[in-house]
Amino acid sequence: MAPLLSVRELRTWFAEDALTAKAVDGVSFDLARGETLGIVGESGSGKSVTNLSIMRLIPQPPGRIVSGEIVFDGQDLLALPAEAMRRIRGKRIAMIFQDPMTSLNPFMRVSQQLMEVTRLHLGLSKAEAYEHAVQMLETVGIPDARNRVDGYPHEFSGGMRQRVMIAMALSCKPELLIADEPTTALDVTIQAQILELIKNLKRDTGTSVILITHDLGVVAGMTDRIMVMYAGRVFETAPTTELFARPSNPYTVGLLASVPDPTDDSHAELYQIPGLPPDVARLPPGCPFAPRCARAERICREQSPPRIQLTPQHQSLCHFAQELYDAAGTPTAATGDHGVR
Amino acid sequence: MARFILRRLLVIVPMLLVVVSLTWGLIRVAPGNFYSGEKKLPAAIEKNIREKYGLDKPWYVQYGRMLANTARGDFGESLKYPGTTVNSILATTLPVSATLGILAYLLALVVGITAGTIAALKQNSRVDYASMAAAMLGISMPNFVLGPTLVLLFALRWYWLPPARWDGFSLHLILPVLTLSAVYMAYIARLTRSGMLEVLRSNYIRTARAKGLTERDVVVRHAVRGGLLPVVSFSGPALAFLISGTVVVERIFALPGLGNYFINANLNRDEPLIIGIVAFMSIAVLLFNLLVDVAYAFFDPRIRY
Repeated sequence: MAPLLSVRELRTWFAEDALTAKAVDGVSFDLARGETLGIVGESGSGKSVTNLSIMRLIPQPPGRIVSGEIVFDGQDLLALPAEAMRRIRGKRIAMIFQDPMTSLNPFMRVSQQLMEVTRLHLGLSKAEAYEHAVQMLETVGIPDARNRVDGYPHEFSGGMRQRVMIAMALSCKPELLIADEPTTALDVTIQAQILELIKNLKRDTGTSVILITHDLGVVAGMTDRIMVMYAGRVFETAPTTELFARPSNPYTVGLLASVPDPTDDSHAELYQIPGLPPDVARLPPGCPFAPRCARAERICREQSPPRIQLTPQHQSLCHFAQELYDAAGTPTAATGDHGVR
Repeated sequence: MARFILRRLLVIVPMLLVVVSLTWGLIRVAPGNFYSGEKKLPAAIEKNIREKYGLDKPWYVQYGRMLANTARGDFGESLKYPGTTVNSILATTLPVSATLGILAYLLALVVGITAGTIAALKQNSRVDYASMAAAMLGISMPNFVLGPTLVLLFALRWYWLPPARWDGFSLHLILPVLTLSAVYMAYIARLTRSGMLEVLRSNYIRTARAKGLTERDVVVRHAVRGGLLPVVSFSGPALAFLISGTVVVERIFALPGLGNYFINANLNRDEPLIIGIVAFMSIAVLLFNLLVDVAYAFFDPRIRY
């Protein structure tokens, strides 16, 4: 079956003074219907820009989708006229954002903000849209929804606002839901609730989900597949269990090692990848991760890493991908040590 | 809300007391008198005048009388225009100044908000640069330059519009309103532009776009409210000063407004008239600020009093 979404060689660049920040540089991936894809990476790795590109919400200027294809259900979104794209936004592809405190309009009642979408896309009458809004709030677990629907966003807590955002995003039963760090701004208990909610709603509706996060712990239990991004490129992509079991890219290995393990009593200092993500406007030649990489050799600083197909489902962008894959497959490494040097 | 308004109305009393007291003190401190001219008056005449106007009384008696007048809202007779009460001067000049001021501000709002919004939506485009250049010009050009220039062109060269004078609600208003409006127009355009730009960059606008709303709905339903808040807060004091008259424009166009009287009153040390106009202006400023706060609560649901 054709994938719901197929992104090919997407390049989204930003003009930054005289330089060009290649925020997304040759990203390709597929998303099947009903699948949940996790996109993981540090700040500035291009996760959000990739997804804003899918929505065609990149501010232009300074941003520009230089090349690529984003095929959604058979049509290339990048080739659509603006008006046709607008009809897809919020209806067939919906998005929830990182910061629920500022992502809702503080000047409008929650009911208005919810009704707006369904009246526009589903052509509901005012009364129908209102009922629909109440129902959606109930669906996302807001207690006393009928009385709260006319409240303003500031009358809701952060977690409740994110629920409102989710209700809004799911109002038109989108085929694709993009959740851009939906829990980053929330505290841990609320995080778990929101993730659980997304998981359940996804199960009930069959929506495909792209879950963007910098927290591997978040994606572990939620996703079918994970895509690791670094400096605007896909560094590794694999089914979730495989990625955790056999990470085949030094960057993924580093990310996995920096997840705190609650069962670890050794009180050893938490691992941290040395250095900072590079400025995508001033990338060094060769592999962008080379300066921070423990495995890097001379070739890494000179030549861009190849995309190595390890299994049909597993790719890694690294000169030594095969080596890492094989090493992670040996019994010693598979027992839980992720092969960090 | 009602309590808030009531409290703010009550605050007017002490504020007014402070303002008129300071004004009264300053009049005393300033050199000269309403009766002193180029020629020195004979001592006997001066004594007569001082007695007639109670200036021979101790300062607290004079001060008390002024306060009593202010409290009654009857400021007495002008010293310079004997037989004319301050209240009658206010009653005849205020409609002129207020008409002029309100029309000028309405024009400024319409043009300023439109230009500012368009500039913000087309940031860094030619329209943006052109309107912001015009705004800069509007802010920089003093109205005593703009006014005569407009008169020169529209009245004296092309004979399209009357050059001056008050003629009620008529074509005579156009040039003075334009002149008075220019600075405010420019200022509002800039305020609107920066306010809208900030809002358009905000997360909730991104959400609105992600919902698939049309650009028109994004701007009209989501952006305008937040984007215009700076204009709302600017409007209170601006309107208060505008309706209190503007000397320069009234002089250029020979309009019988309040501003002219205010300047003359000060030059003449015409105490009752000064106190009367200052009291009126203070109340206007306080009331318009209150109005702004009420408008704010209306605009922004997060604000509750």
